[in-house]
Amino acid sequence: MDSAGSADRYLPDTIQRSAKILVVGAFGVGKTTLVGSVSEITPLRTEEVMTEASVGVDELHGGSRKRTTTVAMDFGRITINPELVLYLFGAPGQRRFWDLWTDLAVGAIGVLVLVDVRTLEESFDVLEQLEERELPFAVAVNRFPDSPDVDLDQVSAALDLLPETPVVECDARDRHSCAQALLALCEYVVTHDPRSREFAQ
Amino acid sequence: MTGSGEPDHSTPAFPARALRPYVITRGRARASRNTVGVETLLIAPDPDRELPVTASREERSLVRMCSRLLSLAEAAVHLDLPVSLVSVLASDLIDAGYLSARSGVSRPAAPDSALLLEVLNGLRGIR
Repeated sequence: MDSAGSADRYLPDTIQRSAKILVVGAFGVGKTTLVGSVSEITPLRTEEVMTEASVGVDELHGGSRKRTTTVAMDFGRITINPELVLYLFGAPGQRRFWDLWTDLAVGAIGVLVLVDVRTLEESFDVLEQLEERELPFAVAVNRFPDSPDVDLDQVSAALDLLPETPVVECDARDRHSCAQALLALCEYVVTHDPRSREFAQ
Repeated sequence: MTGSGEPDHSTPAFPARALRPYVITRGRARASRNTVGVETLLIAPDPDRELPVTASREERSLVRMCSRLLSLAEAAVHLDLPVSLVSVLASDLIDAGYLSARSGVSRPAAPDSALLLEVLNGLRGIR
């Protein structure tokens, strides 16, 4: 059942702290692939059951009488140094999951929004929500083998991003490429975190 | 996987799908403390300490799972329990002293700059 052996699932005893980054995006943009590429453990997946209260009103028009919905999340782990571990949490970006990932975002370094240039419009809602909640984010354009050539400035304009919001290209299958995208997010947070203004001493 | 001498927790003792989370958490949907996050690192300071007879199977499994250091999210996945449920249980067990939260305590504020710089350096090293 469980692919991770019980012995190697644990963290080294030297680890003192943890940090997390959220990876959000529409279905099929490659979140699971990205988390799997950078994670040093076999990526873990959980299905959370969400109650009716968390489900957006749009569900009511679907003709479904469903009272709960499940949301799949992917977890990955990167040991940054002997004392610090970084977790990645991949969650779907749809409106009805916002409660889930805004809870997840508490205390996170930031959010990496993964997009597919062929379906950019599916990210509009997510980006608007991130801006509204003042969560720092960077956009990573997943390069699929059949993707058209990407002009990152055009992506930034199409998504109506602030000029300082990082937009990077990445290959979700490649560990180094994914790490570079996470790095772009972290570098941005160092200089542009809206929360540090609010909570500065 | 086997022969390591470690207790094997890889097979959950109960099917999570059959559980009603609000029963296990006695009706609570949220943790009593808002400082427990998915990335909070948990460890049982004394895994052999007896839990009260009223403790649920899930609480016992969680303490056993945290005999060594593990994040809350990982513990939940290995136990095949919802993360939201394990947050509530972990919070209670921390309050009662059966679990310790080593770190990863979530705050609404931005992560501190020292931590950010460590993460930056770590990511730069990934090839």
